[in-house]
Amino acid sequence: MKDENEAIDEAVDPSRRAFMGVAAGVTAAVVAPGVLLHAVAAAPRSEPVTADVRWGLLIDTAKCVDGCSACVAACDRENGLDMQSKPESQSPLKWDSQKAVWIRKVKLQDNQTGRVTTLPMMCQHCEHPPCVDVCPTGASFKRADGIVMVDRHLCIGCRYCMMACPYKARNFIHEAVHGQLTAVPRGKGCVESCNLCVHRRDFGEESTACVDACAAEGHHAIVFGDLKDPASPISQLLKDMPSRQIREDLSLNTGVRYSGV
Amino acid sequence: MATAVLRASLVAVGLVWTLAVQTVQAEDVKRYVVEGSRAAGLESCVEPTERIRRQHMEFIKHQRIATVHEGIRTEKYSLSGCVDCHISYDQERVPRPINDPDQFCGACHAFAAIDLNCFDCHAAVPNGARLDATAIAAHRAAGVGPLVQSRRDGEDH
Repeated sequence: MKDENEAIDEAVDPSRRAFMGVAAGVTAAVVAPGVLLHAVAAAPRSEPVTADVRWGLLIDTAKCVDGCSACVAACDRENGLDMQSKPESQSPLKWDSQKAVWIRKVKLQDNQTGRVTTLPMMCQHCEHPPCVDVCPTGASFKRADGIVMVDRHLCIGCRYCMMACPYKARNFIHEAVHGQLTAVPRGKGCVESCNLCVHRRDFGEESTACVDACAAEGHHAIVFGDLKDPASPISQLLKDMPSRQIREDLSLNTGVRYSGV
Repeated sequence: MATAVLRASLVAVGLVWTLAVQTVQAEDVKRYVVEGSRAAGLESCVEPTERIRRQHMEFIKHQRIATVHEGIRTEKYSLSGCVDCHISYDQERVPRPINDPDQFCGACHAFAAIDLNCFDCHAAVPNGARLDATAIAAHRAAGVGPLVQSRRDGEDH
C-alpha cells in the first residue's frame, strides 16, 4: 500500500507541469497590470467614489503663522474666487462680509493668558453634517469619501445650510459670476464652500491647494490625507499628537482636526 | 400654360432653396468644430448627430449626477467636452464664449428661444482645462495660471 503511494508521487507527468507553468505565467500577466494600475491611479476617476476612504485635514496651529494668508490666496486662485469684484453700488463693509471665501484666517485670543492662536477655518467636512440635514432639496450632500459639498444643479439658494453650519463655512453667491474655471463651475444664486479640492481628488492628485501653498511657504501647518487609512501621514500624526475637533460638543465628527487649540 | 410654368418654376426655386439652406447649415456646423480637436477626427459627435441634436440635454443631465455625486470624470458626455471641441476663436486667438448668439450653443438656443443656463455657472470658454495631473503640476510650477478669461455669460438671450 505504502509503496503504491510513493510510486504515484514519483510519476509526475511533464506535460502537466508545463501546463501549470504556462497557466501561472498567463495569470500573472493578466493580473499584474491591474494591480500596478490600481497602485498608481493617477488617471481621471472612472469608478464611483467609495467609503473606503475619508478625506480630512489636520491643522497644526503651532505652525500656522499670524499674518500669513497663503492658504486663503491659493484657495481663491484654485477655485476662481479671485475673479470676484465688488459691485459698484455696494459698500466695502458689506462686500467684506458677503464675498465668497472658502477659507478664513481666524485669530483666537485667550483673554486670561493673552495667548494668541491663528488658524485657517473652512468647511469641517462633518460625518453628520447639519447642512445636509436641513437642505430641502438634497443639494447639500456628503460624498461617499466624506467630502461635504453642494450640488449646484439642485441648490435653490435658500441658505438654510448657511444658518445650520456651526462653522460659518458657507457662502452665498449674490452676483452674476464671470470667468469661471472649467474645473470649478460657480454662479449666482447658489451656496458654496470648501470641497477639499474635489476636482483634484477626481483627477488623482495628492493634496489640496491650501496644503501646497502652506508647504511652499515653509510652514507645513496643514496635512491632507485619508483618515481611514491607518498608514497615511495624517492618521500617523493624529495618533501621535493631541488634536481636537472644533465644537466637539456637537458630536459632528469633523474631518478637519486642529492641534494646539 | 403660363400659370403652369410659373408654378413649376416656383417649385423648382423652392427645392433649390431648401437644398441650399441645408448645405449652408451643414457648412455652419463644420465652422464650429475646432481644428485638431477630438470632434475633428470623428464622423459625428459622441452619439450620432440626430441623437445628439435632440437629446444632448438628457445626456449631460445624467452625466452630471455621476460626476457631482460619484466623482466619475470619464463619462463620454461632458459639457466641458462640448466647449473644447466647438469653441471658436477670433482673430487674436481669443475664444468666443460658446453661448454667444452667433456661437455653437448660443446660435441654436437663440433660434429655438430656449434660455441657456449652463454657462451661468460653467465656463463658456476652455478656462484652465484639466489636462492631466502632471501637466497641471508643470503649469503650476511654471506659475502659469488659467489661460483665458471668459467675458460674458448667457444673459443676452
